[in-house]
Amino acid sequence: MDNLFVYLEIEDGVVADVSLELLTKGRSLANQLGCKLEAVAIGGNLGTVEKQIFPYGVDVLHIFNDERLSPYTTLPHTSILVKLFKEEKPQICLLGATVIGRDLGPRVSSALGSGLTADCTSLEIGDHEDVKTKKVYKNLLYQIRPAFGGNIVAWIVNPDHRPQMATVREGVMKKEIYSPIYTGEIVEHNVNEYVSDEDFVVSIIDRHVEKSKVNIKNASIIVSGGYGVGSKENFQLLYELADVLGGEVGASRAAVDAGFAEHERQIGQTGVTVHPKLYIACGISGQIQHIAGMQDSSIIISINNDPYAPINNIADYVIVGDIERVIPKMIKYYKKNTK
Amino acid sequence: MTFNIIVLAKQVPDTRNVGKDAMKADGTVNRAALPAIFNPEDLNALEQALGIKDQYPGSKITVLTMGPVRAAEILREGLFRGADDGVLLTDRAFAGADTLATSYALSMAIRKIGSFDIILAGRQAIDGDTAQVGPQVAEKLGIPQITYAEEIQEIDSQKVRVKRRLENGVEIVECPLPALITVNNSARACRPRNAKLLQKYKHARTITERQAESIDYIDLYSSRPYLNLNEWSVVDVNADPKLCGLSGSPTKVKKIENVVFQAKESKRLTESDEEIEELMKELIRNHTIG
Ligand SMILES: Cc1cc2nc3c(=O)[nH]c(=O)nc-3n(C[C@H](O)[C@H](O)[C@H](O)COP(=O)(O)OP(=O)(O)OC[C@H]3O[C@@H](n4cnc5c(N)ncnc54)[C@H](O)[C@@H]3O)c2cc1C
Ligand SMILES: Nc1ncnc2c1ncn2[C@@H]1O[C@H](COP(=O)(O)O)[C@@H](O)[C@H]1O
Repeated sequence: MDNLFVYLEIEDGVVADVSLELLTKGRSLANQLGCKLEAVAIGGNLGTVEKQIFPYGVDVLHIFNDERLSPYTTLPHTSILVKLFKEEKPQICLLGATVIGRDLGPRVSSALGSGLTADCTSLEIGDHEDVKTKKVYKNLLYQIRPAFGGNIVAWIVNPDHRPQMATVREGVMKKEIYSPIYTGEIVEHNVNEYVSDEDFVVSIIDRHVEKSKVNIKNASIIVSGGYGVGSKENFQLLYELADVLGGEVGASRAAVDAGFAEHERQIGQTGVTVHPKLYIACGISGQIQHIAGMQDSSIIISINNDPYAPINNIADYVIVGDIERVIPKMIKYYKKNTK
Repeated sequence: MTFNIIVLAKQVPDTRNVGKDAMKADGTVNRAALPAIFNPEDLNALEQALGIKDQYPGSKITVLTMGPVRAAEILREGLFRGADDGVLLTDRAFAGADTLATSYALSMAIRKIGSFDIILAGRQAIDGDTAQVGPQVAEKLGIPQITYAEEIQEIDSQKVRVKRRLENGVEIVECPLPALITVNNSARACRPRNAKLLQKYKHARTITERQAESIDYIDLYSSRPYLNLNEWSVVDVNADPKLCGLSGSPTKVKKIENVVFQAKESKRLTESDEEIEELMKELIRNHTIG
């Protein structure tokens, strides 16, 4: 009762980073709440999952081991979580804001009638007073995310419904071992008590998963372009700069929407979160949804022809100018001074 | 063989234009400056529906939207592109709905529409990027879902075969009907308006829209019933008002906070050769690059 649950995303027996990040966050929230951290592993081939996750401070691992449960399909995973949550009555459930988490989370929330907040950039515990009824709720989960409408963040709570559900993107929370020798309890469930045959009506005919070609998540230098880059052709300049510096190319959502760059390159609240040592923002204005994904960069350079662009406030170097002239000069003087 | 198809579509502010000309000096968005548009991925969903209708003439496409009276604009847009019918779900009691309350209202409207083989929705609406309403509707109706669809490859009276686009790959899945499918922007773009359909439907109106216009061509609407767009309230769809709108929303906004970014001590440079060269040297010297 009243514990904090994390749904584990598992591919080929390996727990995804985003799940480990959620366990780290979940552990610290559970400490604050004085409750247990529980994890749910659903799939086949779960042999080493416990070893992978206990060091993150997991108190209870729920295992649903059945070949039919991987690869992931919606209905059986939903049925398992819904029934498990009805039995265990968690106060909080965290999922990755991934293709799987975004397929499963809303389905479960709909079945349980509980609220779900997508793409949180921060999670905290605190009290809440209802303005109308004056009722005070202790220790709610604050689900914090940028809101549409300017540089504003919304603090969202679910006062009356459990579990309080939230999704978080990969890279937003830090992944940190809690204790290498931590061990918890393992509960093996009988899968057939949770799923029915009708849950397996959707069949996967074919599946190709490749390693992503774009690796901006771990890049230490990122040259990122916005709508101000102007065209797909101009983005070539960014690729050239990234190439000579040994970095990767990122983009704002406006640049992605305009077709200048692929979706995998989007940085921000609903894209990738990055922590490079150098972030060069080219023609990016700096809306909060973008900043949410790159503000932890060690050094930020902004190239913008508007001296008052909001991103300049968080930049270490502001080059007021046109990217078409500035970037070729950066390439030229980098080459000149490294030869 | 024909199919009954429902397309879920939302009218959204064009958030893609924020920052370009819609920012006010205080850093908030001037919503009035943002056009209200057909949510982009809902157009991708409509196109998948139209593709089925091309293949199986006689199939019927109904566009369903929940929103203010103005949202009827996207119902007409749907008709201009080839949909057969539109339903506007509008009521004060629906206001302030989070995704769960939205999905409840939509599912009640779908029950009222009655028979359907496929429901198509966009992956996500650009005003929130949440991607929740589709799966939540599917759960409420007790039907399977396929999210992140890129293409409906095959459909027959029993099942549908769909290509999904995952983070790093693709998946082909087969699913029995009825089912709900959410469609990605990597799917084919929606066909443009059709001039004949535009002529046919340009006077299509909901009852509230008709009442707001100064002249009402009663004859027109009685002789051409297809010009009457359905407008349904909470009562019309037998919804429980407690489960709708703000009161039916488990998520509450506790507060909205203005974010002020700590202005850093930043170095300001011009685009002159000297200053850019000096910057590159400094970055090389302190091992940021090189
Ligand atoms: C629900 C939701 C989720 C979102 N998620 C994300 C997200 O994950 N990531 C994201 O980035 N955005 C996201 N956004 C969008 C975000 O609010 C902004 O609209 C977007 O970041 C703006 O992109 P931009 O800075 O490239 O474009 P703009 O705001 O149009 O800025 C362009 C900039 O380029 C400058 N410029 C123009 N020409 C030149 C030139 N020749 N040389 C130099 N500078 C030039 C201009 O001065 C301006 O500052 C989201 C929005 C919503 C509603
Ligand atoms: N008010 C609405 N009316 C009709 N369809 C909606 C509405 N809100 C969301 N949808 C559908 O659900 C999808 C996902 O929306 P969202 O969960 O808000 O990102 C959209 O692309 C629409 O197809």
